[in-house]
Amino acid sequence: MASHRLKPLSALGREFLAVESIGPVTVAEVMDVALASLAARRGQEAVVGAAAAQAGIPLPPPGRAEVGAVCGAFWVSPEMWFLEAPFATHEDVVAHLRPVFGEAASITEQTDAWARLNVTGPLGPLFERLCNLDLGRFEPGSATRTVIEHVGCYAIRRAPERMTVLGPRSMAGSLHHALTVAARSVA
Amino acid sequence: MNQALRQTEGFVADLPQAALGPSQVQRVGAGLVDRSRTLSFTFDGRAYAGHPGDTLASALLANGVRLMGRSFKYHRPRSVIASSSEEPNALVELRSGARAEPNTRATVVELWDGLEARSQNRWPSLAFDALGVNDFVSPFLTAGFYYKTFMWPAAFWEKLYEPVIRRAAGLGRLSTEADPDAYDKGFLHCDLLVIGAGPSGLMAALTAGRAGARVILCDEDFLLGGRLNAETLAVGGQAGTDWARAAVAELAALPNVRMMPRTTVVGAFDHGVFAAVERVADHVAAPLAGKPRQILWRITARRSVLAAGAIERPIAFRDNDRPGVMLAGAVRAYLNRWGVAAGRRVALFVNNEDGLRTARDLDARGVDVVAVIDARPEGERLPGIRHLKGAVVTGTAGRLGLTGITVRDAQGREERVACDVLGVSGGWNPTVALTSHHSARPVWEEGIAAFVPSLDGPKGLGVAGAAAGALSTHGALATGAARAAEALEDLGFRVSSVDLPEAEDAPVRLRPLWHVSGTGRAWVDFQNDVTVKDIKLAHQENFRSVEHLKRYTTLGMATDQGKTSNVTALAVMAELTGKGIPETGTTMFRPPYTPVSMGVLAGRSRDEGFKPTRLTPSHKWAREQGAVFVEVGMWLRAQWFPRPGETTWRESVDREVLATRKGVGVCDVTTLGKIDVQGTDAGAFLDRVYANTFSTLPVGKVRYGLMLREDGHVMDDGTTARLGEHEYVMTTTTANAVAVFRHLEFCRQCLWPDLDVQLVSTTEAWAQVSVAGPNARRLLERVVDGDISDAAFPTMACGNVTVCGGLRARLFRISFSGELAYEIAVPARYGDALIRELMAQGKDLGATPYGTEALGVLRVEKGHVAGGELNGQSTALNMGLGRMVSRKKDSIGMVLSQREELVREDGLRLVGVRPVDPTAVLKGGSHFVALDKEAVAANDDGWLTSVVHSPHLGHQIALGYLRNGAARMGERLRVVNLLAKTEVEVEIVSPHFIDPEGERLRG
Amino acid sequence: MLILHPLLGLRDAQEFTYLGDASIIDRPDGLTEPEAFHDYLYLRDNPAGVHKELWFHEQGDRSWLVVTRNTVTHEILGAELARDYARGRGRSR
Repeated sequence: MASHRLKPLSALGREFLAVESIGPVTVAEVMDVALASLAARRGQEAVVGAAAAQAGIPLPPPGRAEVGAVCGAFWVSPEMWFLEAPFATHEDVVAHLRPVFGEAASITEQTDAWARLNVTGPLGPLFERLCNLDLGRFEPGSATRTVIEHVGCYAIRRAPERMTVLGPRSMAGSLHHALTVAARSVA
Repeated sequence: MNQALRQTEGFVADLPQAALGPSQVQRVGAGLVDRSRTLSFTFDGRAYAGHPGDTLASALLANGVRLMGRSFKYHRPRSVIASSSEEPNALVELRSGARAEPNTRATVVELWDGLEARSQNRWPSLAFDALGVNDFVSPFLTAGFYYKTFMWPAAFWEKLYEPVIRRAAGLGRLSTEADPDAYDKGFLHCDLLVIGAGPSGLMAALTAGRAGARVILCDEDFLLGGRLNAETLAVGGQAGTDWARAAVAELAALPNVRMMPRTTVVGAFDHGVFAAVERVADHVAAPLAGKPRQILWRITARRSVLAAGAIERPIAFRDNDRPGVMLAGAVRAYLNRWGVAAGRRVALFVNNEDGLRTARDLDARGVDVVAVIDARPEGERLPGIRHLKGAVVTGTAGRLGLTGITVRDAQGREERVACDVLGVSGGWNPTVALTSHHSARPVWEEGIAAFVPSLDGPKGLGVAGAAAGALSTHGALATGAARAAEALEDLGFRVSSVDLPEAEDAPVRLRPLWHVSGTGRAWVDFQNDVTVKDIKLAHQENFRSVEHLKRYTTLGMATDQGKTSNVTALAVMAELTGKGIPETGTTMFRPPYTPVSMGVLAGRSRDEGFKPTRLTPSHKWAREQGAVFVEVGMWLRAQWFPRPGETTWRESVDREVLATRKGVGVCDVTTLGKIDVQGTDAGAFLDRVYANTFSTLPVGKVRYGLMLREDGHVMDDGTTARLGEHEYVMTTTTANAVAVFRHLEFCRQCLWPDLDVQLVSTTEAWAQVSVAGPNARRLLERVVDGDISDAAFPTMACGNVTVCGGLRARLFRISFSGELAYEIAVPARYGDALIRELMAQGKDLGATPYGTEALGVLRVEKGHVAGGELNGQSTALNMGLGRMVSRKKDSIGMVLSQREELVREDGLRLVGVRPVDPTAVLKGGSHFVALDKEAVAANDDGWLTSVVHSPHLGHQIALGYLRNGAARMGERLRVVNLLAKTEVEVEIVSPHFIDPEGERLRG
Repeated sequence: MLILHPLLGLRDAQEFTYLGDASIIDRPDGLTEPEAFHDYLYLRDNPAGVHKELWFHEQGDRSWLVVTRNTVTHEILGAELARDYARGRGRSR
């Protein structure tokens, strides 16, 4: 890890991360996950699949998220995934992935493009006020893009009572506002 | 009979309340209200008592209050006629102050302790209403009155007619204060949505719930059970209310069933999407802090069952709007559900079997049923009750309340009958509204003389019970179970056979009777004061189609949407035209089924929640600097950074511009769209989406790109950098980032699906800062780790670098200001730290933050196009960039950009403009006109697109599009703004006000 | 409205951006006559009935879809990835 002198700020503009509990719901901003987009180049889908399998990187089907040995991944578009890895060890995530896939894939750093909010607690009553997700059919391991108060997000259900919401970094405040207002409304 | 009349006069509500003795004089039984608790409320300032389970209407009736409102047009005294949401008359204002809410139907207002209600549309009081005079001039206020009377002179409309009409007409008044309550919205999903929790809805929900389907059961009432709560009918060997309570308990225990009382499904939309309004806190004085008052639910249902029941219809006869004339089913509901006798001497006027139930139930409770006037000559008579066969009611008496009726028997003899309530039943209209929301027309069912849903209603929606015309309890239960079973089998559920509880299956035996002919006014639509005469007039004046009838007479409008009047009205019209009811047809039902507040439609989209705000990575820092922010789309950008002592924005902006041109300026430019374009065909792809060429751009270089729409006009511009053999980063304007990405995906997926190119937005991943000015390199050398000398990093160079001791970054040597300039990007989390570092390191170099205003000045001084010039109409040629459009390759928009009209030699060209008098003030949007020509459209030579004050030159400058502009350098013209009434003489100059040779940016 | 996304199942139409007639997939490529582009760009069918149209899953997986919709009843008769549809129309590189 580089020893540069710049101090990071969270998407919510915080130097120290905060966890808020509203009734049974907890909303926590986290920034310890590195994120990259991985897109198979034309005709290289099999090569990418094989390289990923060898490296222990899951490439889940549409609508799904999977956890691997080092990386987790969720599907975002045809032949495109977002890969998640620990920030502490994978800050320059593209540099880690490039050797695995070589010229077979297009890779970009997405870590700071997204504000990452972990929501724990009873998800149903909260998310039915936020987005048009059928939580009854969105079991753990599901991942989708959805819209929360006009903010395009990714929702990844990690466990029955744990959801990760990724929203555009610039809209972190608005997304957080939407989540906490709804949490208070149903608390 | 005179004796009887005198006795009943003592009861009516126009006597002082104190004379009525103990409160709730009309409460004759427990019904389903909780008499162990008392709730107090006020109506028009007077205090009353009721019980949990009451509605405002039932509580008022219990207290002997009948007069509840004044009619819309004639200000006739009115009372409640119904017991549910179809109520046309009893509209009251609830609460006060900011929570004051007009036009709420007393029949659906659940009583709470401290409820405050007022009558409407009366002055000075409900009992004496000055505008009651309208009733005496009623011959002049018939249908079409507004259209005929206020035709001319036209000028009178705004000043006279409209204000007068607005004051006289209309019902309640809105509070002008902001709504203090929160509203919410939400999204629900289910296998089966059941709309209505009467016998058919409960049966449908039980069938589906037991089969394991995900069920949502909505009912507008706070008590589930529907009509069972209003009847004394048995279901499955027990009281109907008990069966309903048991069914509700069973459903409540099923985890797959969600029961939503106080929730009205107001609209059916495409593909099983429904809108429903849940009144979470309308039945309390105020919602809890942070909790919503109402929620608008968007329900996505794979299948649905409409079990919305039916609505009883009145029969029109002379003066049938007198307080005390009610629907027979409502009289029964008040008695059975709320333990309230609507009157002490009740007469009934019926044309069907169901109306007789009211007589039986009243009789059983000891309420005096003075007569049953039965329009049907045939059939059995009720035992022990005066039952007149083949008779009709021809009129009513009483001032503010009913004291008696006139009856004409089968032999034509007239008789007066004293009574204080007349229950009327003209039959039941199935509640088909939702089935018509996709424009299906209901069909006429002769057997019940009513419209039933057509079979081509919304796909996946089954209709059960009274809503489908099955008017018996057995019919409701059976069809409810059947519709649910069909839906579930469709969805692949296994449905075990359902045991239907036993229930009555009595025939309807209806003899259609819409109105009793005779003189005087017979009301069809109580809410809009539409009488049989008005319909006749509409017919006479040829407004005969039901849609015309509605608009001409206002029938079926306003809060009740004609729930009790539409069918009667069109039946009367059918009679007049001789066409028959099926051919006459109904008007169209549209959402919402019942009134919906604006607040709940807005939901949380107000104040901070109105729309998302996008903040730049340096927002926190900029705020600390005291920046003034401007909204750019959803972004908040620093507009300028005032310093102590600066009193006008111009002072700040001038300083920022001069400091940038003299030392170095720093500006957050993260908002520009960034699209990562990778793949072995990335260059080829860019060649097709840009008018100029990118495949030849060397790695490590940046090029300005011009993107056209297929019609040849400019879509967007920006720079694209080649970071690797197969890796480019495109920038877009802030405004077009989303549209450009969508367009690129269209090109990639739809036009050239086999090109090897991958796109992903990286706008938010990188914080990007512009560093511009003669000291830009000196400043960056203190931050960037490697060599960025002119030789190592020349103009238009780009590449990956590290900053501040190893942080990965991207550096681009590009300039929008015309100065030596760079843009540097770091992962967004470090954006705040980077800008602080630049400011700290640049102190001695004159580092100055600048905002969007200074950015605009800098680019206009340099003659760079932006928003004002990229207006959706302009072409590359207009901008003076015609040569950028490569005609050697196929690219989006190339062919049509060469259309004759778009390549005219004398077309609009970008020019610079300076006022001849340096103190003159230019206005953006002003038009060029020759000095000696009149300022009319024919002499229009173009317009000013951007105007700024150039601190560098000390006067205003502008960019503009001028006809044949390139050939008119040095020419003098006027710029005229006819709106602002300004006119300035200007000289046409090169758009490059600063450093036309570009020496500065190579510096 | 709900659109049956070929990869993601039923999705709410609010997640999509509408473009219109899918015939604009049939672009007259190359440096061809302006007339061909004029017809391509400006002459569209607007049928009351079954119509093939382009929808972009903007708040979803960013797939362009060709949706077959009855414009009178709003019934959606099918949806496929525009990429596959375009290939079927002979588009490639």
